Amino acid sequence: MQLYLPIADLPVNVFLVLAMGAAVGFVSGMFGIGGGFLMTPLLIFIGITPAAAVASVASHIAASSFSGALTYWRRRAIDPALAGVLLCGGVTGTALGVWTFTQLRALGQLDLMIALSYVVLLTTVGSLMFSEGLRALMRTRRGTVPPRRTHNWIHGLPLKMRFKRSKIYLSVIPIVVVGIVIGFIGAVMGIGGGFILVPIMIYVLRVPTSTVIGTSMVLTLVTMLFATMLHAVTNHLVDAVLALILMVGGVTGAQFGARAGQKIRGEQLRLLLGLLILSVGVRFAVELVIRPEDLFTIRELGVSG
Amino acid sequence: MKRAALAALLVLLLGSVAHAERLIVSVSNHRVTVTPNYSGEELVLFGSVEKDATTPADRTAYDLVVTVMGPRADMVTRRKERTFGIWINTDYRQFLQVPSYLALFANRSFEIITSPEIARRQQIGLNNVLLTQRVSGDYADVVPNDAFRSAFIRLRTQRGLYREDASAVTFLTPTLFRTGIPLPAEVPIGTYEVEIKLFANGAFIGKTETAFEIVKVGFEQFVATTARQNGLIYGLVTAAMALMTGWMASIVFRKD
Repeated sequence: MQLYLPIADLPVNVFLVLAMGAAVGFVSGMFGIGGGFLMTPLLIFIGITPAAAVASVASHIAASSFSGALTYWRRRAIDPALAGVLLCGGVTGTALGVWTFTQLRALGQLDLMIALSYVVLLTTVGSLMFSEGLRALMRTRRGTVPPRRTHNWIHGLPLKMRFKRSKIYLSVIPIVVVGIVIGFIGAVMGIGGGFILVPIMIYVLRVPTSTVIGTSMVLTLVTMLFATMLHAVTNHLVDAVLALILMVGGVTGAQFGARAGQKIRGEQLRLLLGLLILSVGVRFAVELVIRPEDLFTIRELGVSG
Repeated sequence: MKRAALAALLVLLLGSVAHAERLIVSVSNHRVTVTPNYSGEELVLFGSVEKDATTPADRTAYDLVVTVMGPRADMVTRRKERTFGIWINTDYRQFLQVPSYLALFANRSFEIITSPEIARRQQIGLNNVLLTQRVSGDYADVVPNDAFRSAFIRLRTQRGLYREDASAVTFLTPTLFRTGIPLPAEVPIGTYEVEIKLFANGAFIGKTETAFEIVKVGFEQFVATTARQNGLIYGLVTAAMALMTGWMASIVFRKD
């Protein structure tokens, strides 16, 4: 069934977009990530302009992370205090990121910057998670007890706060910094940043796995709602029809994904997510290195009249 | 005064001698509406060549070139080059106010219809249509085999937005003709100009113009205007829609 998109200005197959939304939603519910780094390239692949794709994906991520967050909230797997502190940093970071984005665009070569940061970020985060997951899996195979979590320098910082639900006692400084970094990266690269946030929370902040995913979803939700508003006001490129189809597919997929995620063991989950992120990163890297099929590209600067 | 009027009359008469034929054309639909199930359309252009008393008797066969031009826009063509092992955009050209849709139809190949000289002057064929570029501060079109220009035309043709078909115009009788105007699914919204140029024995003898528009109606129109004019409200509604969808899904799929 074909449907004409009023803002993206092209007809799409509703079932194809629904399926894409569901697939990405499943992944996002399972790993507690927004899935923007998967959805945006998919939309561009079916012919939607990058600008409209990025703008519409933001609201889709907001919807699936909200439905995911509600599910995690009922399971008491969200730490409200931790989410609140993260958000303080997140909002600041997003505003900073939007400002930087404008500055970078004025300099040109923004596309290259985004592609390079995708490659660096995704391959680094992906391979780190993959190798860590692999090590954890080997340990459980051999039946050895994982080494006791040692406190690092981060736990020596002042301004400590007790996060009851996560059962941690941690300084707010690193949490706000993490929020700023994620918000910044998200705004510049047009992604939710969940796939970076989750590993940082696990390995650096030592937040227990039980509250990590739900709490990171809250941050993704708020930053993506903020991004939707920003895109709607500045670029007028949010396609509500496209967003709605993606949302319906996405939230459905996210529910099943969240359930599937609960059944899989933590280390396997990290191994899978690491592999997924790594493969997207490698794909971007290959695209940069391999001679493109067409050396020329056209970009419309806006129709007049 | 009298002499001036006489001269004007003479010029008018001479002019009408030069344009002995009149072209009468019509498009099957002057207003193409984009509805939710729109997925491309084909318009039909009908027309006839009307002769009058001044038409030379030996003029029996005509040639036609139909040019359809969509709304104009600025576009950038970029070229990738290998730098430090990776392919990055190094060079670009800006095309100024070029048609977003461009179709050239004729009843036989452009080379047979007229001479290269006239073809260039009348912008017959994709190679001869004026595509203004900004080249280091200057505004000009370049030679047809320029790398950026030919890449631009090739990419637009691949998307079905630029086309050239020298057999699209059919003469039903020696003076009655028709041609189809295919509009792809991702057609730009706006006003389309249609130019019909008449040739006989290789000479350009006249032209006429018509137009049609592609518009969004109903829901599509409403969404597009709201997004443009009330960005804040539009954003709020979209955000609320996202929250509603998420909330409903969690209710629907609630197990306990």
